[in-house]
Amino acid sequence: MSFPWAKQYQPANGFTKWIDEKLPLPRLVYNAVGAGYPVPRNLNYMWNFGVLAGFCLMMQIVTGVVLAMHYAANAQVAFASVEHIMRDVNWGWLMRYAHANGASFFFVVIYLHIFRGLFYSSYKAPREMIWILGVVIFLLMMATAFMGYVLPWGQMSFWGAKVITGLFSAIPLVGEPIQVWLLGGYAPDNAALNRFYSLHFLLPFVIAGTVILHIWALHIPGSSNPTGVEVKSESDTVPFHPYYTVKDGFGLGIFLLVFFTFVFFLPNFLGHPDNYIPANPLSTPAHIVPEWYFWPFYAILRAFTTDFIISAKLWGVIAMFASILIWFLLPWLDRSPVRSGHYRPLFRKFFWFGFMPALLVLFICGGAPAEQPYIMLSQLATAYYFLHFLVILPIVSAMETPEELPYSITQAVLHSDKKPVLGENTSPAV
Amino acid sequence: MAEPAAEIPVKPVDATGSAAGDDGVRRRDFLNIAAVSAAGVGGIAVLYPLISQMAPSADVLAESTTEVDTSAIEPGQAIKAVFRKQPLFVRRLTPAEVQEAQAVPLGSLRDPATLEDMTKPGHLDMLVTMGVCTHLGCVPLGAGEGENRGEFGGYFCPCHGSHYDTAARIRKGPAPTNLVVPEYEFTTDTTIVVG
Repeated sequence: MSFPWAKQYQPANGFTKWIDEKLPLPRLVYNAVGAGYPVPRNLNYMWNFGVLAGFCLMMQIVTGVVLAMHYAANAQVAFASVEHIMRDVNWGWLMRYAHANGASFFFVVIYLHIFRGLFYSSYKAPREMIWILGVVIFLLMMATAFMGYVLPWGQMSFWGAKVITGLFSAIPLVGEPIQVWLLGGYAPDNAALNRFYSLHFLLPFVIAGTVILHIWALHIPGSSNPTGVEVKSESDTVPFHPYYTVKDGFGLGIFLLVFFTFVFFLPNFLGHPDNYIPANPLSTPAHIVPEWYFWPFYAILRAFTTDFIISAKLWGVIAMFASILIWFLLPWLDRSPVRSGHYRPLFRKFFWFGFMPALLVLFICGGAPAEQPYIMLSQLATAYYFLHFLVILPIVSAMETPEELPYSITQAVLHSDKKPVLGENTSPAV
Repeated sequence: MAEPAAEIPVKPVDATGSAAGDDGVRRRDFLNIAAVSAAGVGGIAVLYPLISQMAPSADVLAESTTEVDTSAIEPGQAIKAVFRKQPLFVRRLTPAEVQEAQAVPLGSLRDPATLEDMTKPGHLDMLVTMGVCTHLGCVPLGAGEGENRGEFGGYFCPCHGSHYDTAARIRKGPAPTNLVVPEYEFTTDTTIVVG
């Protein structure tokens, strides 16, 4: 969809006219990210992360395909083949570090993207489907990143594979058979490594397909914006190109500066040194942790230490999966008609002083050893995490008095909806 | 010369092909159900091998047994062997450890088992267990020299902090059950065959 004032695609010459009649791809691009797609004029830099996520996906696919040309998915040689990439393959070290750090930065970008959605309530009607597809993408990303981390067949790879497939063994009755089926054996071995390789190749293309649906769903109502007030008139919007292509391009430049600082100067900062030790099925590293981007969920998994009706192990697994699955329900848990946290004083307090600190505690505890006080802290933070979604959000959205909303995006920007707007859209469509 | 069309009585038929006065049962319904069922069965027949190929293959299933010589294990010592590509702990308990294990009241255990349940008759001091934490499958510490043996003097799993006692019974932490005792037997006084 687009707004009535969206520019119309005009084929410039005979060739594009010919194309437009047979397969109107240029028209599709023009209406999706070109001047034919008007976007709220007041988007801040938090709206940059969708494009950055798309860039990360492309970068992971390109570097991933390159690495797959040199990597051997066999437990005998997998570790050595990664070292071969690092030492012998032309620019192999760059491809490998870009891919490994690329995963970390992909998650940085995705977390900021998600927090943007949480604060500005981008999940609310009419954008529920965008949010749901986004949660699906996040789950696929986690599965993909997990299987990718197994491939170098270091100690963390091996024991991560063992622990994460062990999560399924907590399911009553069918759990053990499922774990054996996932691994193709009774412990991670060649069979597991080989299939993880195949699936690690497959899933990014499933992600790419889901991203297309995500963008499609986004383009039906159009982007949300920091006020949460929907677009009313032409002066509320600017065409995506060149305004946001350039702004997103600038953001991408900043992102690349930070990213390559890590790739070139701190390539192992975000990794775990134990993964430079080849997998040893007879010895678990003393301090085994997943990659940093799984820490909050890992803390939730470990927060359950006492049996209560079902085993503590199953509680942990259920809670960990529930902590993400609960996001699917978010559009129906937060009933406030006001979207933006900017105009919700009580929500804002719980968001910044409750929810985000709880996440931070979970993050720190997930990376810490399974000892006190971290266990107790992660128990408290886990409780708060679920309280936030199941109790605090519904109550806050029912009782809070929102602050005064601007009449329109134009008013929020210019403090008046009457002034003419400079630029290409000089006449408000009202 | 076209022959004149014969008068054939025609029942009024609606868009779905059902004729009035059929009591809702149509011969075409059967065709529909049969065709869709056949396609469904075919779909499952295609899906089954696609799923089943991920289950353990013949070479993985052809697991052999493991023979362990226990003669060199001193009291208080443990060795790690490999059984079905997973670690196997074989520990000779000291008399103090045997006493400690027997002094624990069964009611205080998460997964009640006596030391006798965990060992073979006549070999109360020979504790043979899988070295696989029953939580999420890490190898507990305690079999190696100088490793942390946890608060109950048996094994300690570093992954999520499960503590096992001197009889390898779960005492603390998230693991639900005791370390698994595999099927094994003493073929001689000092040799066990696992599996």
